[in-house]
Amino acid sequence: MRSIIFSNYSAFDTRRLGATIDVEHSHLRFLGNMSLNLWDCGGQDVFMDNYFTNQKDHIFKMVEVLIHVFDVESKEVGKDIEVFVKSLKQLKQFSPNAKIFVLLHKMDLVQIDRREELFGIMMNRLNETSQVYGFNVTGFATSIWDESLYKAWSSIVCSLIPNMNQYETNLSNLQNILEAQEIILFEKTTFLVICSSNSGNLLTNDNNNNENFEKLDPKRFEKISNIMKNFKQSSTKLKSQFRQLNLNNNLFITELSSNLMIFVVLPFGINNNSGLIQENIKQARKYFQ
Amino acid sequence: MDQPQIISEPSNDPERATILLMGLRRGGKSSICKVVFHNMQPLDTLYLESTSKPTTENYSSLIDLAVMELPGQLNYFEPSYDSEKLFQSVGALVYVIDSQDEYLNALTNLAMIIEYAYKVNPEIHIEVLIHKVDGLSEDFRLDTQRDIMQRIGDELLDLGIEGVQVSFHLTSIFDHSIYEAFSRIVQKLIFELPSLENLLDNLVQHSKIEKSFLFDINSKIYVATDSSPVDLQTYEVCAEFIDVTVDLNDLYENKLSNQPLKCSSVLQNGYILTFHTMIRGLALVALIKDTDVDVTMAVVDCNIDIFNKALKDIWKRSILG
Repeated sequence: MRSIIFSNYSAFDTRRLGATIDVEHSHLRFLGNMSLNLWDCGGQDVFMDNYFTNQKDHIFKMVEVLIHVFDVESKEVGKDIEVFVKSLKQLKQFSPNAKIFVLLHKMDLVQIDRREELFGIMMNRLNETSQVYGFNVTGFATSIWDESLYKAWSSIVCSLIPNMNQYETNLSNLQNILEAQEIILFEKTTFLVICSSNSGNLLTNDNNNNENFEKLDPKRFEKISNIMKNFKQSSTKLKSQFRQLNLNNNLFITELSSNLMIFVVLPFGINNNSGLIQENIKQARKYFQ
Repeated sequence: MDQPQIISEPSNDPERATILLMGLRRGGKSSICKVVFHNMQPLDTLYLESTSKPTTENYSSLIDLAVMELPGQLNYFEPSYDSEKLFQSVGALVYVIDSQDEYLNALTNLAMIIEYAYKVNPEIHIEVLIHKVDGLSEDFRLDTQRDIMQRIGDELLDLGIEGVQVSFHLTSIFDHSIYEAFSRIVQKLIFELPSLENLLDNLVQHSKIEKSFLFDINSKIYVATDSSPVDLQTYEVCAEFIDVTVDLNDLYENKLSNQPLKCSSVLQNGYILTFHTMIRGLALVALIKDTDVDVTMAVVDCNIDIFNKALKDIWKRSILG
């Protein structure tokens, strides 16, 4: 999962990955000034026992986020939850303010009509167990073979961004100026969604606008992440990197700063002046540095 | 009931260029069809059933195309089968050889088919796909190809027919080589190809375009390209750019309005990719190398409009004539 989001692997390539030994650390710069320290903990029993005994103060101290991944196909659900509870216990002691995310992973292996049910059951159970320790759990059903992975990671990463409000107000101002249907902000290297112009003010928008959005695909953010990431991969074949895209003068994707991409959708059926839009986006750059 | 249905079908529709897909069983014929024309994921083709009946599928692109797939285990020389009529009606015969298997049987079978088909229809294009090469190492691929070409040459010599043109393609469904091979096969069936290439050459010369392809949007087969050599990587990027454009458009466009799509993307090192929809489900994808985006794009857009008009004219005439 980490390789796909942060190291440009395709879902296929992940087959070549070996087992993780102990903890694999990676440091990632995100949005320029934020750096993520990702601790990928190997899940074999030997290592696990170690985490909860010898290394517990090392592992569980100063944790911002716990991402606990469950294999939906796992035979020993009881044991899996037990491990989860163990880590909650440690977190309560060492970093009680940590945010807890749970991913029910490998969802592609479950029949489509059973997925929701399974997810519901599992989440109920996890919620109950974590209430005991005073944590709230956010859960996602994920698979590396579709865009659900991007959704999960983008909400995880977003929960860590401190000046989110700033981004949101700037974005909705920009939306008004451009008279855009929608604007989405992406992180440049991972193409995870940072925020969109319609996330915060959906209720205050006039009805006219709301109707438009109901018709749109609710999974569109993740799909765009997926599409653009693929395109980024393919543009490396020309030994280059993606810079901007313009579809029918309605849809613009362009760099906003060294670590942001902006995605603007203008209302269809109107002849937009692409020069004007580009100029506006250029002006907006200084607000997103 | 003496006449199997498949034989009457192509002759009903003489306008349709037909490609006949043949080969021994388990050679990968159905997989090829599904991957190229139905956008099936290559891995999913593992679960395809064995084909038991001849199947025909029609595709409408620049030319109308019918791909007929024959089951491998069939004996074409049984008297109940009107093979003569069948071979007369097709434009190209594609024979699939499994390169990971023993192929001596397949070669004998192929030589027999070629002999028969050539006798019935000397105009037929014979194409051999040396398939499933993804499992072979680089060096071994060429050896296999050489071996197969040699053996077929010998077989044909023994049968007394040397003049037959047989083309060979190394293919695999796990990369773009199968699209490349099909592109070349389909191109041989397009009557207007020389004028199309000429048009593209003209376009390329006057718009700083490095490479241009005329794609069929659904199958990502290119029906024509300009005369500069095709580089597989460029082809792949262009084919993937179609996906990007169509997918992004699908997210925001309501499907009813069918206005032509126009998309361009600028890359870091000054490459520009453009996509323009043309007539009949075709799209022109071009790779441009220039630094001054705005000026270049204005010229390119204008030139491409002219190209589109020319394409329409050719098409109108070829229908009338």
